[in-house]
Amino acid sequence: MSAGGEAPVIELKGVTRILQEAVPVTLVRDIDLVIRRGEFVSVTGPSGSGKSSLLYLLGLLDLPTEGRVLIDGIDTSGYSSDRLADVRLAKLGFVFQFHFLLPEFTVLHNVTLPMQRLGRLDGDEIHARGMALLKDFEIDDQAKKRPDQLSGGQRQRVAVARALANDPAVILADEPTGNLDMRNSEIVQGIFADLAAKQGRTVIAVTHDKDFADAAPRNVHLVDGRIDSDTRR
Amino acid sequence: MFWRVSMGIAAAQLRHRRRQTLVSTLGVALGVGFFVATSALMSGSEKDMVQRLLDNAPHITIKDEFREAAPQPVFIAFPQGAVTLTNTKPREYLRGIKNHGALVEELSRQPGVVAEAALMGQAIIRYASKDASAGIAGIDPEKERFLTTIESNMQQGSLMRLKTASQGIVIGQGMSIRLGLGMDDLATVVSPAGLVRRMKVVGIFRTGNLLLDEGQAYMLIKDAQVLLDKPFIANRVRIKITDPDAAEDYAAQLESRWGYRTESWQEVNRDFLGLFLVRSIITYSIVGAIMAVAAFGIFNIISTVVMEKRRDIAILMSMGFRAGDIERIFLVQGVFVGLIGMFLGWGLALILLQMLGTVEITVPGLMDTQKLPLEKGPFQFGVGGAFALISAVVAAWFPARKAAAVRPVDIIRGAT
Repeated sequence: MSAGGEAPVIELKGVTRILQEAVPVTLVRDIDLVIRRGEFVSVTGPSGSGKSSLLYLLGLLDLPTEGRVLIDGIDTSGYSSDRLADVRLAKLGFVFQFHFLLPEFTVLHNVTLPMQRLGRLDGDEIHARGMALLKDFEIDDQAKKRPDQLSGGQRQRVAVARALANDPAVILADEPTGNLDMRNSEIVQGIFADLAAKQGRTVIAVTHDKDFADAAPRNVHLVDGRIDSDTRR
Repeated sequence: MFWRVSMGIAAAQLRHRRRQTLVSTLGVALGVGFFVATSALMSGSEKDMVQRLLDNAPHITIKDEFREAAPQPVFIAFPQGAVTLTNTKPREYLRGIKNHGALVEELSRQPGVVAEAALMGQAIIRYASKDASAGIAGIDPEKERFLTTIESNMQQGSLMRLKTASQGIVIGQGMSIRLGLGMDDLATVVSPAGLVRRMKVVGIFRTGNLLLDEGQAYMLIKDAQVLLDKPFIANRVRIKITDPDAAEDYAAQLESRWGYRTESWQEVNRDFLGLFLVRSIITYSIVGAIMAVAAFGIFNIISTVVMEKRRDIAILMSMGFRAGDIERIFLVQGVFVGLIGMFLGWGLALILLQMLGTVEITVPGLMDTQKLPLEKGPFQFGVGGAFALISAVVAAWFPARKAAAVRPVDIIRGAT
């Protein structure tokens, strides 16, 4: 989907992130990036190039040492940690390489947790939406199982369903297929493509998988913490 | 809603670690149970002993003596005198409380005050070739009924018979057994003044206190005055007031008003009451240590959960949970353990109190076996419960703060 005319949903302006350790480590440097609503962007680069660090900055999990991060045009620089958490809760959804599902809870409970925390829906609505999301990913029959009773692919689909729980505008994925076999990798890849193409969500995915990266209409390639190329197909 | 989410996560994590949760909950329960049982025992025995003290003696006693010897007239006349006098002998004065009748009358006019002039002394009671030393209390039987519980402890006869019988005496059961002296028998009573009287036993009491039952005898004050050769003299004014706890202040007022040494029951038993304090400190320190161990148990389990759950904490924060939500999750776990431990502890305490209530003991100085005195009031349960909850919250607070301080990106970066 071309998103050239859409409004920016996330903007990085002159963002640098340096880890202040005994020897300071620069994770990303001088990043200027505009992600528009409905874009499907893959982020690639060699190991240690700053792909994941860039994703964490885009997702407000990490704060820049320099520069600004704008969400829906609003500068988040002065936000408190609580306000950043509120933005993540309402507007952003994360999928990681490992599913990170909570082992004590059922599949359905894992998916509904963000909705319960947001508190916009009542109990019945939360249950219905949770089941609908699981059905979208064809795992509604696993709703009452615990994560350790599912296959890797199923768990990752649950993780995607959880990321979509609060109907976020942006999905940020860090190597979402990195821990899956080829078949499950293709399924998850298809899900992300559909999220952007059919649901109009913004998807930003860090990946080593060339097929996954090629499936995205836009690719940002990082080398040594800087944007080496930003190409649209 | 936020609370429900936090509580749901907390409950799930506790359920997931059933064994650890059970161990730490039992730790709290044991602490609460033993705290309540020990506290009930300590408080019960203290109240029991204090009640015995109050039952067998007046709340305040005015004595025919002074706290400090009167200064020599020469020292009053020449306080800065150049000559020092040594080895001066205080003037001898007739013992007894002057104008005790007026004093008693004035005190008795005050609401809630019962006052009685009494003459106390020593005598030998002799019967069938056996002697027993006895403290003699010359009393007014009408008032003695309100001052002590002797009347209600009468096994045979009564104090009131002192008024109707000529030369009557009331003795304790211990003395009665020791001398073989029964009701209506005539005992020979010899005073330190050398006077000998034949007196008839008109009552036998039993308080359970060995000192009283074997060593105290009561008679009319006028008989005691004759026996002790102290006509018209009373050397004690014995007072009972409505609130025993106010005795110390009231005694001080009376002493400053009349000048005579005035002792409250607290002053008389100061050493004894001091022992209660030491005993309480020791006991509560031990029980406090049990609670501290239980608190460390909670601290340990929640710290472990926080360490194990760092990844889950990070993912919850990446979802949009605030640091406060995370802190609440672990605090709630502490409160859960504290609450459940408190209720289990209360149950355990009830069982322990039930068991302790059946134990019979013989207290040194008392004649009868008695059941352990227990105070089963809500206070002990309340304090035990509060102690458990506060310990649990404090123990959970530190790891909860640590959990809230987790930076999700550090964990996620390390995990991927």
